[in-house]
Amino acid sequence: MPSVGNAAAGDSDLRVGVMTSSIEAGGAMCEVRDCGQMGYLQAFELQRELVEQRKRGEIADQLLYVEHPHVVTMGRNGHGENLLASPELLGRAGIDFQTTNRGGDVTYHGPGQVVCYPIFDLRDWKRDVVAYVRGLEDVLIGTLAAFGIEGSTVPGATGVWVARDVSGAALPQPAKVAAIGVHVSRWVTSHGFALNVDTDLSYFRYIVPCGLTKPVTSMQTLGCRASRAEVVDTLSGNFGRVFGRKIQTLN
Amino acid sequence: MTDVVMPQMGESIVEGTLTKWLKKAGDRVERDEPLFEISTDKVDTEIPAPSAGVLAEILVKEGDTVGINTVVARISDGAAVAAPAAAPVAAVAPPPPPPPAPVAAAPPPAAVAPPPPPPPAPAPVSTFEENAAPLSPLVRKMARENNIDLNQVRGTGLGGRITKQDVEAYLTGGSAAPLAAAPVQAAPPVQAAPPPPPPPVQAAPPPPPPPPPPVQAPPVQTAVATTQPQVSVAPPAPAPQMQMPGAAPAMKIEPMSMMRQKIAEHMVFSKRTSAHVTTVHKVDMTNISKIRNKMKGQFQQQYGFGLTFLPFVARATVAALREFPIVNASIEGTNIAYHRDINLGIAVALENGLIVPVIRNADEKNIVGLQRSIVDLAARARSRQLRPEEIQGGTFTITNFGSYGSLFATPVINQPQVAILGVGAVVKEPVVIDDAIAIRSMAYLALTFDHRLIDGALGDQFTQKVKSVLENWTEEVA
Repeated sequence: MPSVGNAAAGDSDLRVGVMTSSIEAGGAMCEVRDCGQMGYLQAFELQRELVEQRKRGEIADQLLYVEHPHVVTMGRNGHGENLLASPELLGRAGIDFQTTNRGGDVTYHGPGQVVCYPIFDLRDWKRDVVAYVRGLEDVLIGTLAAFGIEGSTVPGATGVWVARDVSGAALPQPAKVAAIGVHVSRWVTSHGFALNVDTDLSYFRYIVPCGLTKPVTSMQTLGCRASRAEVVDTLSGNFGRVFGRKIQTLN
Repeated sequence: MTDVVMPQMGESIVEGTLTKWLKKAGDRVERDEPLFEISTDKVDTEIPAPSAGVLAEILVKEGDTVGINTVVARISDGAAVAAPAAAPVAAVAPPPPPPPAPVAAAPPPAAVAPPPPPPPAPAPVSTFEENAAPLSPLVRKMARENNIDLNQVRGTGLGGRITKQDVEAYLTGGSAAPLAAAPVQAAPPVQAAPPPPPPPVQAAPPPPPPPPPPVQAPPVQTAVATTQPQVSVAPPAPAPQMQMPGAAPAMKIEPMSMMRQKIAEHMVFSKRTSAHVTTVHKVDMTNISKIRNKMKGQFQQQYGFGLTFLPFVARATVAALREFPIVNASIEGTNIAYHRDINLGIAVALENGLIVPVIRNADEKNIVGLQRSIVDLAARARSRQLRPEEIQGGTFTITNFGSYGSLFATPVINQPQVAILGVGAVVKEPVVIDDAIAIRSMAYLALTFDHRLIDGALGDQFTQKVKSVLENWTEEVA
């Protein structure tokens, strides 16, 4: 993992390319759908539908990308105390509030964030939910490396963290750039991760993200200018690498 | 009956937290229908029912963490379960003694039916079931192989859990106290419940009844894994005067809140990181006390809040931090990071925890500004309305344990800072001044510093500076 993180952007691009092609031969298909702007509930319904289809074997694994309007969501194991504003106050600030069935605590989604929901049958990979989450972290770290950002994991604090900006200057303290929360039903995954690309971070002030009193950051804040499309492509490539899938883009 | 177990969700996973039951005891379930949810790391997983039937028993409560393969519930294949019997485990009151009809609908209990057991006997069952501390697979196996009725084994593990040692002790007739049956049982709380067959024994509070018959299997073995209907072996010579394990469990287990877990983590992390040393100085607060008494009415009127000792201490601390910047620093690897800003953390006790909101650029505030910040941050901390940035970026912390009457304590450094100042209660004391005894308002200042970075002499100079500012106060207060 550190080798990926330390690799210069060019190197890791190469690495991704090589590894993907070596796996493509036998790799199962994974379809990419980028839905662009989509409301949280609509995306939730779409995921549910895709999960059912995936369980019945009607479709291949899916990578669903969306960008949500401002919404604060709370997982089943969420703690009200990590929500720093009442749902009414959020509403007045133009932020929707939803409770949901993923793992993890409270989080915020909004414009400038790439949200990825892999609908992935773990039986075709490893029947191991923790390994899956570690895999998602790996996807994110590989993606950040491609943009010159060194991401890392922190034991006990799932997600991807950074300690330095693009120029290598140390941040006052490690900050979280991507959050992970997953739901699994009969080994088929839903929910996934959210990567801050050029998110307006001030919206995080309404919550204690995942119950951790640590700062959040975005790729833009770290000094990286990347378009949503570039980030999505790089994420998909890394997903293919980590999970041994052949990526095919729909729509 | 089909056992429903905590599934293994990955190689490295040894336990899971049961977060939600999607069915109630007594509900009909279809095979593969989602039955409960578990949580591991950041993953919530829905677990389907392994077979169709009726959810006969729930053995693990929501919120409990149990090892994989622990039986969390049982599904009976029979169509019906005596509905009222299915008291959820969570119930506080001991579940009523099960009705005579065994849960499993049909199977004739091959019980070599001894005379109906004395009615009090079910009580131990409920005690056990209530504790229903999950059984380890090993204990379960030992019980099966040795034909032990686990209701008769006293658990000495966490939360009354039955350990391997308990079973071994029980087998050797050793110390593990078998649950005594009738005699002691006669006493326990009234069982307002579906009437068991009321044989005479019921009315026998007089304590010394004949030594109980070897305890035999209670009619229904709801609590324990064993599905074999054999009658359990009589426990070795149950001495009638055997200690009851007590109707109430010896301890109550409840999960720590997220905040408590974070505090625990942070405290231990700090103790592991820094070389904590505490130095204690006595400060004469008489002067400050006078100013405070003179001004607090005016503060209340003019600003809407009172005036405490804390802003004075904060102001004096800021002066000392300016003079000794190394106390307003952090250690980064082998570097010393001196912070430009003085961001004062003020520890605030919450109902069930502790939080340290930060007064940013505390050096730019006078007494009014400091008091206003303290009042505001403390109030919002208690109503949980702090924004994340308001609890970040502190460079030094003050903790005011004096407000709870403590004279002095040895506070734990708030990482990554290198020192914390504790303020004790201000108390009137006889003090010797120029060989005369005077009554002065005194307090202890306790500075805990990180000896990796700060030496004793410097720690003392810093504290002396705080003391000197407080004792020689000149600044206008309002």
